[in-house]
Amino acid sequence: MASIDIQGVGKSYGTVPVLHNVDLSIQDGEFVVLVGPSGCGKSTLLRMVAGLEGITRGDILIGGKVVNELAPKDRDIAMVFQSYALYPHMTVRDNMSYSLKLRGTPSERMSHVISAAASKLGLESFLDRKPRTLSGGQRQRVAMGRSIVRKPKAFLFDEPLSNLDARLREQMRVEIKKLHRELGTTSIYVTHDQVEAMTLADRIVAMNGGAVQQVGTPLDLYERPTNLFVASFIGSPAINILDGILRCDGENRHIILESEEQLPALARIQGRDGQAVKVGIRPEDVQVSIQNAGSRMGQVELVEPMGLGTILHIGTVHRTLKAFVLERADYPIGSNIAYSLPADRLHIFDARTGQRIAD
Amino acid sequence: MTSSARSTPYWFLHYGLLAFYVAFALFPLYWLLKVSITPNDLLYSEGIRLWPSRSSLAHYTFVLAHSDFPLFFKNSLIVSGSTAVTVTLIAALSGYAMSRFDFRGKMWLVGLMLITQMFPLVMLVAPIFKLFSPLGLTNSLTGLVVVYTAFNVPFATFLMQSFFDGIPKDLEEAAMIDGASRFRAFRQIILPLTLPGVAATLGFVFTAAWSELLFALMLVSKADASTFPVGLLSFVSKFSVDFGQMMAAGVLALIPACLFFLLIQRYLVQGLTAGAVKG
Amino acid sequence: MSTMPLYEDAADQQRAPLRRFRAGLEPYLYIAPSVILIATIMLVPLIIGLSYAFRDMQLINPFSGGFVGLEHFRNLWMDAAFWLAMKNTLVWTLASVALQFSLGLVLALLLNNPFPGRGIVQALVFLPWAVPTFLSGLNWAWLFNPVVGPLPHWMAALGILPAPENILSDPNVAIWGPIIANVWWGIPFFAITLLAALQSIPQDIYEAAAIDGAGSWRRFIDITLPFLAPTIAITVMLRTVWIANFADLIIVMTNGGPADQTQIVSSYIFTQAFRRLDFGYASAIAMVLLVLLMAYSFAIILMRQSLLRR
Repeated sequence: MASIDIQGVGKSYGTVPVLHNVDLSIQDGEFVVLVGPSGCGKSTLLRMVAGLEGITRGDILIGGKVVNELAPKDRDIAMVFQSYALYPHMTVRDNMSYSLKLRGTPSERMSHVISAAASKLGLESFLDRKPRTLSGGQRQRVAMGRSIVRKPKAFLFDEPLSNLDARLREQMRVEIKKLHRELGTTSIYVTHDQVEAMTLADRIVAMNGGAVQQVGTPLDLYERPTNLFVASFIGSPAINILDGILRCDGENRHIILESEEQLPALARIQGRDGQAVKVGIRPEDVQVSIQNAGSRMGQVELVEPMGLGTILHIGTVHRTLKAFVLERADYPIGSNIAYSLPADRLHIFDARTGQRIAD
Repeated sequence: MTSSARSTPYWFLHYGLLAFYVAFALFPLYWLLKVSITPNDLLYSEGIRLWPSRSSLAHYTFVLAHSDFPLFFKNSLIVSGSTAVTVTLIAALSGYAMSRFDFRGKMWLVGLMLITQMFPLVMLVAPIFKLFSPLGLTNSLTGLVVVYTAFNVPFATFLMQSFFDGIPKDLEEAAMIDGASRFRAFRQIILPLTLPGVAATLGFVFTAAWSELLFALMLVSKADASTFPVGLLSFVSKFSVDFGQMMAAGVLALIPACLFFLLIQRYLVQGLTAGAVKG
Repeated sequence: MSTMPLYEDAADQQRAPLRRFRAGLEPYLYIAPSVILIATIMLVPLIIGLSYAFRDMQLINPFSGGFVGLEHFRNLWMDAAFWLAMKNTLVWTLASVALQFSLGLVLALLLNNPFPGRGIVQALVFLPWAVPTFLSGLNWAWLFNPVVGPLPHWMAALGILPAPENILSDPNVAIWGPIIANVWWGIPFFAITLLAALQSIPQDIYEAAAIDGAGSWRRFIDITLPFLAPTIAITVMLRTVWIANFADLIIVMTNGGPADQTQIVSSYIFTQAFRRLDFGYASAIAMVLLVLLMAYSFAIILMRQSLLRR
């Protein structure tokens, strides 16, 4: 086990930059998730840690040692691929023991380690089968087994669950989390699925366009997204974004929306008078009521029942707002509904830079 | 395109056309066989009969017992076999490099390999003879293997590349992370998965080397290093063209090439499906 | 490897370039055996061979070997036999490639749908590819001989020939003898590559087209052909070049005759080199052929690039 430090790392293909100056310190035993849309550079960064991609600029340190020029085999890390990359011509046992064989592990010790890993993953009865006879979930387990038998310095996961169906994905997610708790090995996990990121991570690294956007605990990113990208990428159903102008009147702050509605904001918002802003509010923070008529009224346009709660699409003068409510009241389409946007739940971003305005 | 959707007339046409192709492919081979079992006295008088009134295996007995043909056959087996193995090894390496690495000069290499396909090999006879004779590579099976290997490496490289292109890169990356060097990953993980491709390349090169005549004729003048196509030619010159014996020898010579080819043709299609002739 | 790191530990600077160099060397180790072999056995002899084109190289004349400049090319320009060979090469190559390709494509389409017995049929129709060319030439010459072969009699019965004669001895049609033998031998190559390409077309595209209402002819024109086009371009290019260089069948079956009517450029080179033993002249002709084929291949590659880009 070891810490991983990424210092000023950049990568270009020819003149095309794909990663800009990434700095990241991962502590020993930490589970870090790199999340972002496809093409954001998260997989490239992971493959650079693995040694599968060259480093154009900066340093990568594993356990305090620069590994920039070290071949993958000498980095003592394990990796789970999206395609699982099981060796099709070898049995499950041989797949799992290949790395041990390469290290000249004595055979009694090897069979001991393999059977321990197999029982941990429920693979005992498949050890002599070839990967093609296994289901997707079983292959996924073998890929994990192959990684854990070695006790590597770090686990790298490259979208390991994206080839599984939703049910299995949920189940494997839990198993990965349990496994990490048990083994405590430093892990870097790449995914484009924000639910996986939220549920698995000690810390999330949100990436976009080859640059790190925000690093923090899942709730950090959810509660205090540092910019528009993180705000809209994390969270499902997605955050509502409204355009407006910030007005500062002494200690009072409010926002004039496009519809010329006034929205009171917290007094501690920094900003300057007349600044163009984007206002985000998460659907579960939009408060609705059908009984009392309020100051803000809209019509129910669409209802998406989710079982756990309901997503309401509320049509207002200039836009549609999404609200997530837990009660299962009946919301007939077209009926009037009152809503409010509590000041302390607003996320306010500069419209031009997309950065959060300090509060 | 599902077969069940096709009508009966379609299948008549389908099988009819295929029957035509099979007949076209096999009839010349049948004729070869027919001539080889026709006794000499009937060769011309019953020349155009579909099956002679008497058949005999006399030509085969003669060829096997009283000619140098078994020697030629053995030489051909040695030459074609070693050529096939050497080419496949070398082309596996270069095909792998073409498939997996991006290196400076790659386009030049492709260009070089293409150019080798563009001139009549006749041109090389005199220069190669001059290069080889001081090295003692003329009149030797080794010399032939060297020449055939060089001639077949370019196409075999393209062929092997297309097979490698069909194998996901993840596999050797996984092996490299498991602790293997790239070369070990190539040997232990990638090569075993390319066995159909290896078989196809072996077969392709074997048949090509098996039938080569020009260099076999020009670089070798002694009978004990002659291959069977040269031996066939010797029936034309030495014994006032004994066609029956020549065809018998031809049929015998066809056997290994055809067997080899029948075994590998399926892999040839399979392997090319994966890859590079199109990419 | 051209971009150097902006900042790096001073201590690392000494080790890193060496490691980097070794990693950069790796692909060259893999291609080295091929390159060395091709360079020594093909490229060097090719250059020596091409140099003969500017020298007087006659094996029977011990005083030959001198530099003659462009004399061979001047002679070539006025050599009627060469121009006839050029014309014949065109006929031979075009007819062989066109027939091999169209028959190979039909065969590939027939083999693409599963049917009972496909495996055995495929093995049988591909068999001619394994027959040594020399042997197939002999065999076809035999088949075309009216004394010992049935073909002239069948063709006369079908009205293709006025009388059961050997087409190989009729100057007007003799070239079709080797062409037929070549087609017989070469169909499998096209069928194999095209079949492979056909099988890599995703099936769901056909299903989508069928649902959109495309009949089987439209599906062939709109899906199959565009998908095959890059394969067709590269296979046709390779085969054209091979066939233009492929003299074995002609040498065995007609030896260029009668009256040079089946002499193609590459068999003419063979004749010049080994019958007249004039290697200088033979090399000059070969050089012309090489230049023409390279120009042709370049044109095809450009065409294919534009096809792929579309």
